[in-house]
Order: sequence, then C-alpha cells, then structure tokens
Amino acid sequence: MIRPDAELLLDIQDLHASVEDKPILKGVNLQVRAGEVHAVMGRNGSGKSTLSKVLAGHPAYRVTGGTVRYRGQDLFELEPEERARLGVFLGFQYPVEIPGVSNLEFLRVSTNARREKQGEEELDTFAFEDHVHDKLKVVQMDPAFLERSVNEGFSGGEKKRNEILQMALLEPVVAILDETDSGLDIDALRIVAGGVNQLATEDNATLLITHYQRLLDEITPDYVHVMAAGRILRTGGRELALELEQTGYDWVDQELAAQGAA
Amino acid sequence: MASSVLAPVQERGRAALEQLGLPNRRQEPWRLTDLKRLEAVSALPASSSPLPTSLPASLKGVTRMVINGFDDPLAGQVLPEGITALNAEELEQALGHTLDRCGCAQVWPVEFNHAKAQQILALRVRGRVGPLELVLAAGAGLNATRVLLLVEEKAELELMQVLLAEGASAHSHLLEVHLGQEAQLRHGVLATADGASSLMAHLAVEQEPRSSYSLTSVVQGWNLGRLEPRVVQVDGQAQTVLKGLAVTGADQQLATHTAVRFDGPEGELDQLQKCLAGGRSHAIFNGAINVPRDAQRTNAAQLSRNLLLSDRARVDTKPELEIVADDVRCAHGATVSQLQDDELFYLQSRGIAAAEATALLLRGACQEVIAQLPAAAQVWRPLERVMESLAS
Repeated sequence: MIRPDAELLLDIQDLHASVEDKPILKGVNLQVRAGEVHAVMGRNGSGKSTLSKVLAGHPAYRVTGGTVRYRGQDLFELEPEERARLGVFLGFQYPVEIPGVSNLEFLRVSTNARREKQGEEELDTFAFEDHVHDKLKVVQMDPAFLERSVNEGFSGGEKKRNEILQMALLEPVVAILDETDSGLDIDALRIVAGGVNQLATEDNATLLITHYQRLLDEITPDYVHVMAAGRILRTGGRELALELEQTGYDWVDQELAAQGAA
Repeated sequence: MASSVLAPVQERGRAALEQLGLPNRRQEPWRLTDLKRLEAVSALPASSSPLPTSLPASLKGVTRMVINGFDDPLAGQVLPEGITALNAEELEQALGHTLDRCGCAQVWPVEFNHAKAQQILALRVRGRVGPLELVLAAGAGLNATRVLLLVEEKAELELMQVLLAEGASAHSHLLEVHLGQEAQLRHGVLATADGASSLMAHLAVEQEPRSSYSLTSVVQGWNLGRLEPRVVQVDGQAQTVLKGLAVTGADQQLATHTAVRFDGPEGELDQLQKCLAGGRSHAIFNGAINVPRDAQRTNAAQLSRNLLLSDRARVDTKPELEIVADDVRCAHGATVSQLQDDELFYLQSRGIAAAEATALLLRGACQEVIAQLPAAAQVWRPLERVMESLAS
C-alpha cells in the first residue's frame, strides 16, 4: 500500500559496502515507507543478499560509504542486536542450526529482548508458551518444533517457517526476507507467503529479496527493484517483475554495458 | 574383610609400579601428558581427611553413599533393596575379572590404584533398583578408591558418581562393572574441581549380550585429568552409549581415553565426545574402537566435537579404529572449531546481545551432554558449574 505521507522507515543513500575488501554494494539508493512491500530482484552476485546483511549488521560486511537512516536514526551506529530490538528483522536465506539451544528458549529470549525495548512486560515461561502457540498458527507449524534445538534437523521448509514464526513474535517494523522462497516447494511457499501477508500492516514494511517471480504471485509488491553490479538499476511496479519473467536479465547486461560506455 | 582381599593386590601393584616406573612420552597413551604433574600426583601422601565442603542434599528417592578411601564405605550405610555387599569369597572371585576382560589390568593408572587403594566397595545388584549416588570427596592428599559392581541378569540400575576435589589433592579411582545378560546400567559421572586437583579415573565395564550400558561423563576443572572408560562387549549383541563433555580452562590438561571392544557380533556403540578448551588449556581425546573378525554386523558411530574458546587453547583428538570384520558399520568424525560468527550473528539479529549469545551457545554445547546425566545429578548443578568455570 503506497501512501506518500506515510512514515519514512528506511532511507538508504548511496550505500557502499565490501566483504574482504571486495566492493559489493556500489551506491544503493532506496526509500521504504510504512505500509509498503518492496521486492529486490537480480541475479546471483548482484548484491541483493549483501544489502540485507549490511542492513542487519553482519560483521563480515564493511560499510565503506553512504548512509542508512532507520526511522531517522543512523542505522550503522547500532549493534545488530540493537537494530533487532528496534524492529529491524532479517529472515535468513540459510537459517543457522544451533544444537543444544532449545528453540522455545531462544524464541522467548529474543521476544523478550524486543518487548523490553517496546516497553512491554517480559513474558515468563508459561505466558510465553501461550503467546507462541497463538503465533504458530501464522505458519501452521507443529508445536513439536518448539521442543527441538534451534533449526537442528529441520527441513528447508521448516527452517523458513521458523523464520516467519520469529517474525511473528518480534513484530518487526522493517522485515527483510532474504530469499525466503529458495528451496521451498509450492505448498511450503504458500504457507510462508501467507504468514508474511498476515503480518503486513500499514505501520510496517517488507523488503523481499528474491530471484523469482513465483514468490511475487503470493505476495504482491508495491515496488520492484532490479539490482545489478551493486546498484539498483531500475525500479517499477509489479509489472517489472512480470517483464523480467518474460525477458530474463539480458537487458541488464546491455544497460550496464551502455552505462559503462557512457 | 575388604582389606584382607586387597592386601595381595596392593603388594602386586607396588611391585608392578616399581617395575613400570613412571610413564614416559615414548609410550603412546602418555605421549601428550604433562608428566611433571603426573609425578606430583604419584608423590602425594594418602589422604586421611574428608573434603571440608558440605554436600548438597541428595535428590528425593536417591540413596547416597560417600566414600573417601580410608573409612569403611559400608559403615552405617543402609543399602537399598536389591543391593547387597559381596562377601570376601565372592569378592575374591570377582575382583579383577573385568579388568582382565578389558585388557587394562596392567596399565599404569590401574596398577597405581592397585598399589594405593585400601578399601573397596563391592556390591551386587538384583532386580530393578532405585537410583544410587556415589560421592567421592577428596580431602588433601591422594584419595585412592575402588568400586566393584555386579549387575545381575536383567537387573536395572541408575548410578550417579560425583568426584569432587579442591587444592593439593588427587583422585585415583577404579571402577569395575559386570553387566549380566539383559542388565541395564545408566551411569553418570560428574567430576568437578577447582583447577588445582588431579583426577585419574578408570572405568572398566564388561557387558554380556543384550545388556545396555550408557555412560554420560562431565569433567571440568582438573589441573591434570585423565578419564578412561573401557568397555568390552564379551559376546557382542549389547548396546553401549558414551556421551562425554570435557571442559578445560587456565593451564589445565584433561585427557579422555575411551576404548570399546566388540568380542562378538551385532554390538552397537553410539559415542559423542565434546571438548571445550579455554585459556592455555589442553584437551585430549583418544577413542579406540576394536572390531575383531567375530564382531560381524557391529554398528558403531563415534563423533568428537571440539570447541576452542581461546587462541592459546589446544585440542588433540584421535579416533583409533581397528576393524577386522568385514560386514560392519563404523562411522567416525571429528571437528575442531571456534564459536561460529554465523551462529553469533543469528542470535544477535534476534535481539540477543553478543555476551548473552555467546553464553547461550556455550550452554547449548554443554547441555547436549549434561541433559543426559541421571536425575540425581541435578542437586550438583552441573550446567551452572560448567558455565561458571567458562565465565571465569
């Protein structure tokens, strides 16, 4: 939902970032307002996953230029955990398995960290169990997964459901979903996309990072951005995603070549 | 009574020690050992006083026995139903049998215990017996203790062993267990100290067919530590589970030497050994699995997972598989790693601060083993002890 007067949640200006001294992001500009759903598309290596990790604060990525303001605040002054507590959420492409740490305990600790920041009371073990069982419905997840170690032995689909469950618990302001559709069959994709749709409100925003149109059949974006060589090359409405589906990314090379020549 | 049986054993032990001398680094099982520390342990005088610390109350329904190596372990003790003490004749017959079957009767730590132990606690277990807790609390000096358990056919026992020490003291502990057919022993060992004391614990277990032995060991805080579980499945067809957690810090050295031998077909082993090494400490794991020709259709899996918590800590891990039988499944693996950035970042990205995330990951790493300890372990707060030692 596009409302020009809605709060500007994320304001990315000329963002540059490197990993192991190799420049990946080379001047990204993007504004995200409350209520909006953005899709960032592009080939492997275009920089779209790097963008998501930089926004969440992954230590392997170094910001070398530009600014990101989150609700007016300099995002890069905040530790990753502080960003999360303030409502920035990254749904991982490859959620990490953590043997020995119970999923339920992990979810409770992280939910309480966010609640504390929002001035809400901490949930004790019992209150949290009720709370989490409510949220399980969002992704139709079996409660048995709460008793297991975080993501350990989960299938690809179960891991992604667990990510969306965390999103439901943390109630983010800006949710960045990094290739949440990868490795999902069509049923799992519908469940995960259904979860994302249920959680979208006019006060929050979603940034979908994806390769494929098929996720966008389930979640309708307000904006589609195409990334290439570390920048956003073109922005359009959802028709841009459909066009990509038809024509592929060959025009990207032509456009990059033309820019290089110019 | 016990001492009369042990007297000739002691004499033989002393003679053997004299002949063997102290171990040296040319001997494979001692290649990595800090021998100066071993020498200091061997020179300790026998302890004659119990550990001054008070013990937490045992869990309800658990029978506690405290042994120290100099008092009669059975004095004033009411044994739970199903457990009886062996008489001198029975003891003489049983003593050393399992050590011979395990092939460890003549190794140095066992001969050392032979030479030093004055008392033995020897029990027979029949039927299904309530949980037993054995506390070995070392006062200053050397605490040489010896325990023998005959778990009869179809008997079931849950045994929690706790070894405690502080200051200039050491444990030399020798346990022999014979498990009859279809017998079950769930065995927990929590060996915890303050960084100054030393530990030599030798656990020899002999399993008849269809018996089940499950050992969970948590060892932490020893200046020089050596835990040696040795299991033999005398006719195969038994189940063995070994789960170990070794935690070292400061300049501690802790070695876990396990040996499992299948002297018959269709035996099973499920083994996980975890080491967490911090400071300038050194953790060693040696896991021998022996599958001779008769041990067809053995199914064994051994995994050694090690976490280095500092740049100066060291881990040596070595699987030692000797497989002659051809129709077997023996899987083994070893990893040495540091706390993963990705795991930390994942937790941080969920609002959990770096320090808390680290603690959560370490808790998780320990809990995988600690959760397997028998219920009686609770009162000793094993997870808290380990976490406190990791935090210091």
